[in-house]
Amino acid sequence: MKARHKRFGFIVVGLAGLGLAAWLTLNALDNNLSYFFSPTEVTENEGPKDHIRLGGLVEPGSLERGKELTVRFAVSDNAHKVNVEYTGILPDLFAEGQGVIAQGKMNANGVFVADEVLAKHDENYMPPEVAEALEKGHNQAVGAKN
Amino acid sequence: MSSRILNWFKFSSPATFYPLAGRIGVWSMVIAVVLIVVGLYMSFFVAPTDYKQGEGYRIIYVHVPAAWMSMFIYLVMAFWSVLGIIYNTRLSAMMTSALAPTGAMFAFLSLWTGAFWGKPMWGTWWVWDARLTSALILFFLYLGYIALQGAIDDTRRSDRAGALLVLVGVVNIPIIYFSVKWWNTLHQGATIKMSGEASMDPVMLWTMLIMTFGFWAYAIATAMSRVRSIILERERETTWVSELPEVRG
Repeated sequence: MKARHKRFGFIVVGLAGLGLAAWLTLNALDNNLSYFFSPTEVTENEGPKDHIRLGGLVEPGSLERGKELTVRFAVSDNAHKVNVEYTGILPDLFAEGQGVIAQGKMNANGVFVADEVLAKHDENYMPPEVAEALEKGHNQAVGAKN
Repeated sequence: MSSRILNWFKFSSPATFYPLAGRIGVWSMVIAVVLIVVGLYMSFFVAPTDYKQGEGYRIIYVHVPAAWMSMFIYLVMAFWSVLGIIYNTRLSAMMTSALAPTGAMFAFLSLWTGAFWGKPMWGTWWVWDARLTSALILFFLYLGYIALQGAIDDTRRSDRAGALLVLVGVVNIPIIYFSVKWWNTLHQGATIKMSGEASMDPVMLWTMLIMTFGFWAYAIATAMSRVRSIILERERETTWVSELPEVRG
């Protein structure tokens, strides 16, 4: 065995050990590395009790504008939904059916009072014409079913 | 077989690599300028507006290629570090340190443009989610490598220390790449995946790829010109350097 084979072995073993250590660490941290909790986790009280971030889709048709800058909407993950109340300026991408992350806590009435709302973007990029065509196709398909 | 291996090793000598690096550097710079000019023109004037984000999305044409390059350059540095440790070739460490500043620049660029995109789209400049945090760690790894290399005077020792740091940090690269898959993050998932179709308009995709190749050529060009300076500095006592026309004249 030449010295350079030995050094190669050290690197392979070292990197494997390092990878394993990193994997164990990340596994142990698990949920703590997630940026937000889903409505299911929040309704089932799996998240922390105090200040949390709630992430999901803004339920279509649930958006209500209250006095001044107060808005109410429901965040859903298609299994559960949580009602959210927020006073402040919403980001540009905020819309019904769009991903959103609200930071705040549950009040006594089971309403999630947010002090910050961030829009979550998806990975799709397309020109408006394509989006329109897609929607038209979708509506036709839905219409044909009814 | 053995003759082919010998051929490759010929270029691990700084004296043989020096003129080759000069030629590669010039050509890469020409390619980089052409591709980046074309890419920027396409990003601003040819690529269509996004259906949801409007014109603001155009920053991805710098953001995504820069982020890719910041990860890729780190992997190339890790490759040179492995070669350097195994074969004890001096040139490997010179390549690693020639690449580091360009990698750091791209890492910074991806963080900076990401913040500019995040403010209007997400509503915040920065969040501590898994993707953004691991990308910041990558930037610090570059800075740490540059600082460590610069802090040790003996080049043999600084090369070895730097190579080890680069190899330890390499675990961060898959973490960055898969962070959006493994955990809930504010950052969106990958648009261009290793398997399957890209969730992107073809013109947008081409623009992004042209920018990526432009950045790639730029990284090669700057690394080559930097490695030439490093070679000259480290080999200044040798005869071949003193006989170079640019050194004599």
